Amino acid sequence: MRVPLSWLGEFVDLTPGITPEDVHAALVSVGLEEEEIHRFELTGPIVVGQVLEFTGEVQTNGKTINWCQVRVAADGELAADGGPAIHGIVCGAHNFVVGDKVVVTLPGAVLPGPFPIAPRKTYGHVSDGMIASARELGLGDEHAGILVLGDLGLDPEIGTDAIRLLGLDDSAVEINVTPDRGYAFSIRGVAREYSHATGATFRDPALAVSATASTEVFPVSIEDAAPIRDRVGASVFVTRVVRGVDPTRPSPAWLIARLKLAGIRSISLIVDITNYVMIELGQPIHGYDLDKLTGGIVVRRAQAGEKLVTLDDATRTLNPEDLLITDGSGPIGLAGVMGGATTEIGDGTTSVLIEAANFDPVSIARTARRHKLPSEASRRFERGVDPEVAAVAAARVVQLLVELAGGVADGLGSLHDATPERTPIDLPTGFVSGLIGLEYTRDEVRTSLAEIGASMTETATGLAVNAPSWRPDLTDKWTLAEEVARIVGYDRIPSVLPVAPPGRGLTRTQTLKRSVASVLAATGHTEVLAYPFVAEKANNRFGSPTSTTVPQIKVANPLDGEAPFMRTSMLPGLLEIAHRNLSRGTTDLAIFELGSVFRPVEGVRYGSAVVPPAAVRPSDELVATLNAGIPPQPFTAGIVLLGNTVRHQPGQPPKPASWQDALTAVAQIGLAVGLPIHVRQGTHQAMHPGRTAELFVTTATGDTSVGFAGELLPAVAKDADLPAVVAVVEIDLSVVFAQVTGDLQATVIGTKPAATQDLSLVVDAQVPAGAVLEAVREGSGSLLERIDLVDDYRGTGIQPGQKSLTFALRFRAPDRTLTAAEASDAKLAGVQLAAARHGAHLRE
Amino acid sequence: MSAPTEITEPVVTVAVDAALAAIAAATDSAALKAVRSAHVGEASPLAALNALMRSVPGDQKAAAGKLVGQARARVNQALSAREAQIVEAEAAAQLAAEAVDVTAAASTWRAGARHPLTLLQERVSDVFVGMGWEVAEGPELESEWFNFDALNFDEDHPARAMQDTFFIDPPEAHLVLRTHTSPVQLRALLAAEPPVYRIAPGRVYRTDELDATHTPVFHQIEGIAVDKGLTMAHLRGTLDHFVKALFGDEAKVRLRPNYFPFTEPSAELDLWHPTFKDGARWIEWGGCGMVNANVLRSAGIDPDVYSGFAFGVGVERALMFRNDVKDMHDMVEGDVRFSQQYGMTV
Repeated sequence: MRVPLSWLGEFVDLTPGITPEDVHAALVSVGLEEEEIHRFELTGPIVVGQVLEFTGEVQTNGKTINWCQVRVAADGELAADGGPAIHGIVCGAHNFVVGDKVVVTLPGAVLPGPFPIAPRKTYGHVSDGMIASARELGLGDEHAGILVLGDLGLDPEIGTDAIRLLGLDDSAVEINVTPDRGYAFSIRGVAREYSHATGATFRDPALAVSATASTEVFPVSIEDAAPIRDRVGASVFVTRVVRGVDPTRPSPAWLIARLKLAGIRSISLIVDITNYVMIELGQPIHGYDLDKLTGGIVVRRAQAGEKLVTLDDATRTLNPEDLLITDGSGPIGLAGVMGGATTEIGDGTTSVLIEAANFDPVSIARTARRHKLPSEASRRFERGVDPEVAAVAAARVVQLLVELAGGVADGLGSLHDATPERTPIDLPTGFVSGLIGLEYTRDEVRTSLAEIGASMTETATGLAVNAPSWRPDLTDKWTLAEEVARIVGYDRIPSVLPVAPPGRGLTRTQTLKRSVASVLAATGHTEVLAYPFVAEKANNRFGSPTSTTVPQIKVANPLDGEAPFMRTSMLPGLLEIAHRNLSRGTTDLAIFELGSVFRPVEGVRYGSAVVPPAAVRPSDELVATLNAGIPPQPFTAGIVLLGNTVRHQPGQPPKPASWQDALTAVAQIGLAVGLPIHVRQGTHQAMHPGRTAELFVTTATGDTSVGFAGELLPAVAKDADLPAVVAVVEIDLSVVFAQVTGDLQATVIGTKPAATQDLSLVVDAQVPAGAVLEAVREGSGSLLERIDLVDDYRGTGIQPGQKSLTFALRFRAPDRTLTAAEASDAKLAGVQLAAARHGAHLRE
Repeated sequence: MSAPTEITEPVVTVAVDAALAAIAAATDSAALKAVRSAHVGEASPLAALNALMRSVPGDQKAAAGKLVGQARARVNQALSAREAQIVEAEAAAQLAAEAVDVTAAASTWRAGARHPLTLLQERVSDVFVGMGWEVAEGPELESEWFNFDALNFDEDHPARAMQDTFFIDPPEAHLVLRTHTSPVQLRALLAAEPPVYRIAPGRVYRTDELDATHTPVFHQIEGIAVDKGLTMAHLRGTLDHFVKALFGDEAKVRLRPNYFPFTEPSAELDLWHPTFKDGARWIEWGGCGMVNANVLRSAGIDPDVYSGFAFGVGVERALMFRNDVKDMHDMVEGDVRFSQQYGMTV
């Protein structure tokens, strides 16, 4: 909402010399949000001049220009720019005659653009200024010719300041109106708020006009056969008629200027007046050419298949929920949203039917949304219009049509008012103080409510408050409490720190999330946050080890049509980020992200057809149904490594990132959560077939896969515009975290001497070292404290197709010094199991 | 040197002098080892003299023994002294030889970093955990009822259309990407009886194109407290404490009337700090208010028995004015240089 200050000043006292910034600050303090300030952005000298004579001169380009002598000051006086009283000016327009009064921008003036005016040589003359068009002044779009003041009905003195004359010295503050304050979509409402903010006297413009009753009835009937949510589409419908309007009369300059500042283009006097009254009182007005109407008006819902050509010349197919204005010819308007073309006010309109109605906000909102027609009218109706202002607004239009357009008020009209009675709101004594935490006096409460226009009566327990007609948002004691707090001032609310009951700190899962992030960062990985929007192809490639069609969630209205799906894997986003870093010159990279992936289960229909009602607690079953309708969103870690993990330095060869670094990161995550994450040879469609590990954790019911790690398939890396070797990890941490239960039970730390032994076993080359190690560990029993793989040898002395694995073993007994024989026996038991499971034998 | 044949003072003196001269001449461990072998070893003159002791007549044994014993002691003492000198010198030489250029150390690790947005959320959580609050969570892909209806956003209310919501296909499934962290309010209230004091940081979504000050995926921190007798003064007290903890003791909060469907009364939360870039000023940071009675009713809580307050602030915005981040692109693009400025702390 844009509020011209001159207009605001009509209804509330403004301090002389007040700036738009001051007005903004005042309005912000009562809860209207500050937007921009609008001005005409021009400076003088810009004066009224009179064309004394002009000569048409044909130019070589075929154009005719006029060399004009323009009087800009009285004889014998200096002009406003200090120059002579008569200026020679070149003008390209032809819509004027000798004697016309025009707007002359003198040297030194600046027009919007900014476009500074100075004497300049053109077409063989020195043009000492410019004769301005309405567009050049920022007043409108008209640029076919210069602004002839007589056309606006003006005949000012020569030399008059045209900026003031045309209202170009005005400015407007723009405010953002929150959805509960529909009434602030009017000068009337903003003036009232300004008075709340400053205490300045408010003069209600709705009281300045008296709505006289019509003497002859214009037939109107409200026939809403299908009210939306039990609310009839039109609760108020006022019509008035004005005849004998002079369609040739121009809109006055002040009206054009105010509309312009309010953000509305001047169209014609009649239309400008309806818009003016809407801005002033907040009541949308529709004007019909009475002579184009066929009989009376019926307000009804549309029938399926009905069509309407609206004012913007678009043919609209109507929906049975659309509320229509109809006459004998059929639909003539989309109620409260946009009028129809057949009854439009035009150049020849002399008799006007004025409509000021109150339409149901929900009906209007749905229609405006359905037809994508947000209009000044619909915006107001959606937020609620004062039902009591309709008749006043219609009268105000009549008044202006008479005053400015030469019309005659006619006795024909109608008044339908079925506004439902509002029940008074019970405001118990002490409620406001109790909710706000500030002791308000009885007087403060009553005065504040009176100030916003409420009336009230005492009851046994407090007040019964009648909210003002323009405040449909005031519905309960809480809304009244806000009004009192707001009017007295939020700055008076004290600061009291409440004491919460003792808390339990972070949950285990919350601690684990932090722990994983900290460990990864501490071990050289950088945390990033990718958008979770991806292409279907990326989900299909990374979302499953084998399946090439992965169930996925689609966004109905994505910003990027290329990536309308929710990620099923962290990797596509991380690879994109890796590429971005690479392209910016960071070639050694280790990045990670922790977050949700979206993993719907095949065949499950998510969501719920029914949304439970508001303001009622749904049953536990219903909550469970809603929750079951939400797709799983496991908390997941993704890691991408490329380039070198250790860069080339003096005495330090570079160490390129590989699958091993991916597995190191997995071990680090295991450390962070206190649960080993096991590794076995794995496969994944996006991964290198020989360099991929499946990750799993051991659960009560067996091994559960939690992700994969290794190197990308080189073709996949190439697809992502990355080097051939890209190491990655993806782990479903939700599953990992779920296994971290209970508190770790410590084992006794043995202090007896240890016995260390080495063991070399020969096995088939394809037997995983981890499996052999596991067999030795298991077979060696409880005396084995630690086992490490120290060598994998193939070559001389070992048969082709076999390998020799060397392990370092450390044995210890809790209660005695082990003998070498005991350690050897334990080791040999390990060997035996490795032999049985994997055909291993001791290396000779 | 021929082996001595009798123990006389001149003979002993010659052997001792020769030994002492050789010891003094030795300059490293190897030379000293050779000297030791030549002058106190098995074949040395002193060893030979010692061997002669067996043939010394009984009455001269004491004098001869003293002569030889003193000679050996002198030589051994000289050897020890010299050895200590040499060991010390050699150790010093080795240390000198081992000197490195500490400014050219090879780094065998990479510097990692946390993202400042997640660190900031953790920091805020810690502030509230310190006050006894608990951290609550909810899904990013949320049911419409939690995101809107339960929060008093009527299906036809303009506020709902103003939320710029990402809907999940098909729309009749009534699933959305949550537009704010406020659904966690309901989840917290459904999960526990009041008193409930919860802080809920998290990721949220709106259909804003990415530019310097907007991003479709961003983070909020939601706070909700429901208890008996909570007032707007308690809201202000909580916010005062919060901003001082996060921005320093000079930070101030201002409440301005505003409208949100899920609070009544509602307020805009403005923040002031003397050291903000571009000078001390008020900055719009979020929304807050007393929990709307309908929200309490949605959780089955009687608004005439309990009251509550709630607030929501933007994490990206906080990072912008707290840490002078000028462009939202830096937070979302994942350029590691951005996070690495912060390291492990924000």
